[in-house]
Amino acid sequence: MAGSGIVVEGLRKRYGHGEAAIDALKGVDMQVGAGEVVGLIGPSGSGKSTLLKCLGAVIEPTSGRIRLGDRTIYDGGWTIRDLRALRRDNIGFIFQAPYLIPFLDVTDNVALLPMLAGQPNGEARRRARELLEALGCAHRASAMPATLSGGEQQRVAIARALANRPPVILADEPTAPLDSERALAVIGILNAMARRFETAIIVVTHDEKIIPTFRKIYRIRDGMTIPETGEGREAVVPEL
Amino acid sequence: MINLAGRDILHSWGRFLFTGVGLGLLIGVTLTMAGVYRGMVDDAMVLLDNTGADLWVVQKDTLGPFAEPSGVHDALWRSIRGVPGVAHATNAAYVTMQVGARGRDVRAMVVGVVPGIPLEPGQPGSLVAGRRITRGHYEALADIAAGFRVGERIRIRKNEYVVVGLTSRMVSSGGDPMVFIPLRDAQEAQFLKDSDAILQQRRRTAANPVFNRPGAPDVLDAVIASQTSSSSVNAILVRVALGVSAEKVAESIRRWKRLQVYTAAQMEGILVGKLIATSSRQIGMFLVILAIVSAAIVAFIIYTLTLGKIREIAVLKLIGTKNRTIAAMIVQQSLGLGVIGFAVGKVASTFWAPFFPKHVLLIPRDSLAALAIVLAICLLASGIALRAAIRVDPAEAIGG
Repeated sequence: MAGSGIVVEGLRKRYGHGEAAIDALKGVDMQVGAGEVVGLIGPSGSGKSTLLKCLGAVIEPTSGRIRLGDRTIYDGGWTIRDLRALRRDNIGFIFQAPYLIPFLDVTDNVALLPMLAGQPNGEARRRARELLEALGCAHRASAMPATLSGGEQQRVAIARALANRPPVILADEPTAPLDSERALAVIGILNAMARRFETAIIVVTHDEKIIPTFRKIYRIRDGMTIPETGEGREAVVPEL
Repeated sequence: MINLAGRDILHSWGRFLFTGVGLGLLIGVTLTMAGVYRGMVDDAMVLLDNTGADLWVVQKDTLGPFAEPSGVHDALWRSIRGVPGVAHATNAAYVTMQVGARGRDVRAMVVGVVPGIPLEPGQPGSLVAGRRITRGHYEALADIAAGFRVGERIRIRKNEYVVVGLTSRMVSSGGDPMVFIPLRDAQEAQFLKDSDAILQQRRRTAANPVFNRPGAPDVLDAVIASQTSSSSVNAILVRVALGVSAEKVAESIRRWKRLQVYTAAQMEGILVGKLIATSSRQIGMFLVILAIVSAAIVAFIIYTLTLGKIREIAVLKLIGTKNRTIAAMIVQQSLGLGVIGFAVGKVASTFWAPFFPKHVLLIPRDSLAALAIVLAICLLASGIALRAAIRVDPAEAIGG
């Protein structure tokens, strides 16, 4: 499925029933192609997190379609097990904080996903080392997460998100805890990785520093998305 | 696949170790309590085994001589010896009292035995030092646990005895060391009063015109003589002839001699089922409470550890980890804690058991049972943490 991107059509999500119901998403349309990094920006309460949870297959939308390659999520017959396998194999997640597993070293944090997918430990670790090499943190392969800097942790989190070669990566405020230089570096890495692995990356952010780097932006307001063309300023990747 | 529980334990080994040590000390106390009970039962068994008796003949309608007072005439043994199937019959006196030596008191079971016939039932077993009692008076054999030495003088009531030999593992059902003295001395120690009491009794007897009749001075002498001597023993120990049913001989003695007769199995039932029954129930209660406390501690620790990892669990679930894998991690940690606790408890109880004043018997079967119970408790105690972990929504990993 790698390289097929993600398409969202008329996505709605309603919480609650009757008069207390809240429409968090009121018809979201978006398309992110393989190798593309798009920004999803909007104020607090605009529905960013709800959209991310729908795209991440953790909450079921009320209506609309999400297509990952040739598969439509929630088109009936999706069990919890199917969704779990979908998340594991097809969606990478990067969080605001890295949320690395504190009791696994860097290599195993990255290798955990391939292992969960059934890859032999040796193969999974080899894949993890390749990714760490690509992200410039191979020298910290055996370090524990607590000993890494914030930037290093976020790069390991990116490596983890890429571990199963997912066609889509959802990044939730990945630069929030970083200063400008490191934030731009992370976006630079995401762009590089998107191109290298043909991954569609959606970056939820309200970080003004990185917004100019996106070529395509979806502005979300009151549960609806408005596509915009971004500046597409190339982010320089300095040493983190 | 990586063993997540093992990695977590290795990562925070200090916390697990210290928690395990705390739990282990509690398990150690539990094992020791079980050992105390086993020790009591073992002491009771040792008491029976050491006497070497097949039958215990005691006062009718009593559970004597250990569970209830019992007195039978000391001449009865001859007629019992004549009952068909009886190979040996001998008198025995038992009394628990304070035995003094070197300015200190030792709680001991004083046993009166007929001197000079080591193969008779009731005689002390093999000696670890010294020799057997050969004289009719004022010689004693003591269990090594009493702390006496060969040649030492000990005081029982108003008389002094010389310790001529030492035995080992000769204890009462209460764990008190046995001190063997000649039967006559034991009868005197048990039934006779002190000098002042004897003097006052003589005065009262002499003042009674029924006993002190003019013209019949022998009556008063006879009454006083009967009051100051004892012809009672607590039990007659019987060993039946080879190939003869002890129960049949017991039935014969019950019918013809109008005495209470217990077989070794019945005496075991009295000692274990009645004499130490309350103590064993008490210990049983302690064991139940300790098991509940241990379960509560394990549950609390595992629950706290799990709550501390809620975010990681949400992330694990989000990236596709099965509930089964997360549950396995929690259960394995709980069991790991139990194994650490059991190991510490076993070592601790083995270390401190010899320092207990009473016999603490730690047997492998109890240890295995304790391990199984600890693991079962850990399994149950992890239930609350499992529930919390299973309920974690992977969506919690996304957004605020």
